[in-house]
Amino acid sequence: MTDGTTQPKPPRPPRRKRVVLADSRAPVTVLRTVLELEEQTSWAEEVVRGFIRTQFWTAVKLALLVIGTLGALPLVFFLAPGLSGVTVVGVPLPWILLGIVPFPLLFGLAYWYNVLAERHERDFVDMVEK
Amino acid sequence: MELNLWAVAGIVAVGLATFTIGFRSARQASTTQDFLVARRTVRSRRNAAAVSGEYLSAASFLGVAGLVLKDGADALWYPIGFTAGYLALMLFVAAPLRRSGAYSLPDFAEARLGSRQLRGLSTVFVVFIGMLYLVPQLQGAGLTLSQIVPGVPLWAGAVVVAVLVMVNVLGGGMRAITVVQAFQYWLKLFALAAPTFVLCVLFLRDGGAGGVGGTGLAAPLPPRFTSAAEIDVSTDVVLQVREAVLLWADGAVDGGRTTGVVYWGPGEHTVLAGTRLRFAADTAVPVVEGAPVDNATWLRPGSGVGDLFTTYSLVFATFLGTMGLPHVLTRFYTNPDGRAARRTTLHVMMLLSLFYLFPIVLGALARIYTPELLVTGGTDAAVLILPLKVVPGTLGQVLGAVTAAGAFAAFLSTSSGLVVSVAGVLSTSNGGRGRVRDFRWASVIAGSVPLGIALVLPHGDVSISVGLSFALAASTFCPVLLLGIWWPRITWVGAAAGMCVGGGLVLLSLAITTVSGFTGGWAPAFFQQPALVTVPVAFLCVFLLSKATASKVPPETNRIRMRMHAPDRLGFIRDRDTARWGTAEERSRLANGRHRR
Repeated sequence: MTDGTTQPKPPRPPRRKRVVLADSRAPVTVLRTVLELEEQTSWAEEVVRGFIRTQFWTAVKLALLVIGTLGALPLVFFLAPGLSGVTVVGVPLPWILLGIVPFPLLFGLAYWYNVLAERHERDFVDMVEK
Repeated sequence: MELNLWAVAGIVAVGLATFTIGFRSARQASTTQDFLVARRTVRSRRNAAAVSGEYLSAASFLGVAGLVLKDGADALWYPIGFTAGYLALMLFVAAPLRRSGAYSLPDFAEARLGSRQLRGLSTVFVVFIGMLYLVPQLQGAGLTLSQIVPGVPLWAGAVVVAVLVMVNVLGGGMRAITVVQAFQYWLKLFALAAPTFVLCVLFLRDGGAGGVGGTGLAAPLPPRFTSAAEIDVSTDVVLQVREAVLLWADGAVDGGRTTGVVYWGPGEHTVLAGTRLRFAADTAVPVVEGAPVDNATWLRPGSGVGDLFTTYSLVFATFLGTMGLPHVLTRFYTNPDGRAARRTTLHVMMLLSLFYLFPIVLGALARIYTPELLVTGGTDAAVLILPLKVVPGTLGQVLGAVTAAGAFAAFLSTSSGLVVSVAGVLSTSNGGRGRVRDFRWASVIAGSVPLGIALVLPHGDVSISVGLSFALAASTFCPVLLLGIWWPRITWVGAAAGMCVGGGLVLLSLAITTVSGFTGGWAPAFFQQPALVTVPVAFLCVFLLSKATASKVPPETNRIRMRMHAPDRLGFIRDRDTARWGTAEERSRLANGRHRR
């Protein structure tokens, strides 16, 4: 997205602007609901609180998933020392579980969260615009 | 180690490239917006490379391989924690923090809780964490340069890095270093990936551990010197010997002065600073106290209760501390909106995952080829000296030059990020308008004070003080951020109390560790990584005091919360800075300009 040619040199007059009083494409209801959110009516407060709660619990669930899998590993190795002796294709199990597996796992969870969070936001916008 | 001209050339090249790229971007930076947040228009891919470039400090580039060499499986938790920290950041902080419109941590604290006092307190902690992180970077630079060019004093490398960073930051602030840091991520990745591939191929060609005269990594035996080694001990060490060794020593050993051949039976042996030790090839390596002696133990995760506690404490500190590091958060304010902030984090996690595979492999190779580092405990140098040990000659020198250049890139990028974030906080605190001139003055201070400290203080282990800064960030800013974003009833009194108590406890344990380090090391390892206790205490403090001062909940809370969480498309983001920074002319220019690249 390099548009180096269009950027003018610093000293220059302000660019001409088109002023639009009303954009016919945007439905009026959107404006009204957005205004209502801004004004913090009791309806808006309830809706926003619900949305924040959804986002929060999604994040908490994924965090618990990490804690339940990766976070349990030190305890597992502590309680079952025999596990450290197991080798998979010549590499000891702890090195696979600690050196390789966590990274795709963490990235996968992050990706999943990104999808979920963006979906919730889309749903929220859809609901507000209806 | 003789002068490696290749390495010198590599470092000079990195320095020149950094300066040139920074200078080119600096010419485009003129407004306060450029200097503090790069106009908030950095796209997520570039921003992610810049975040990773800045995050992968000396602790990651040199420290992780060194810790793997020394501690084995337990050290693998460092890269995991360093990466998982970004997951926590993404889940709970990234998007809402960007949407809050703040441009620094203290600004967020003020925007959310409406208190100038809290802003002042946060500024103090940001500066403190910044210093705690910056000093080891500069010291590491000094150490690296003196390793490569013998005869150069320790301070030279620190001065070079500090000056280069300050020139770039003075010239273009955030805008200039964004490009520099993105470049340095790829440089660092290359500087570890290329040597790793070559060294692995050579290792396999030579027939593995047995072929080069080392101990197999799974064997229940201590590592062995693959060639005769001469070691200068520069700090007092206690060495553990499992197999009896014959060595030649000159200096204070086991409480008496010796010059000549010494026999060490199994047990512990003390060597004082200034002693020179010589070992023949194929003798067992004495290992510094506190590290696993034989390879089989090294290969397994620690089995004691103490190990378990330290591991959890470390994971806790890195998981929750990343979100409180000022130089990491500053980068998130440069995103255009909350969604981009989240995507940036996702990219960062991919880039970090890619990077951390290599230091782990290098650390394991170092266990075979450079076990002499275990005698002094100076394992941070593993990445730098490994190539020349595996392939003596030109190939080794070139590979060593590549890793040295990468290490310098690590020092430069992390220091730049820290100086920019600390300078940004300083120049906008205390009623400052954040003018470009204020920012420049602040960056001189933010660069030269740590340089002074780095020159005065004795050298420590890079990873330990970095680990402590994670603990400090996790115990001060993490509760304020998490509760500030998700809990409506937090008050500034609660936040301030949590920061003081959490931060105070970490500083107390830092003091205890330091004192114990000078007086015989009596403090348990817990004090080196106290996050498992201090973070919950800090959370509890914020919670209880906020409950007790419920009347101080800011009246605007609901509106602020809605702005932080409402999707970007609804257009609620109000950047706090536009109202206060710069001139009318500057703002009119920004209103319809796009970031050029």
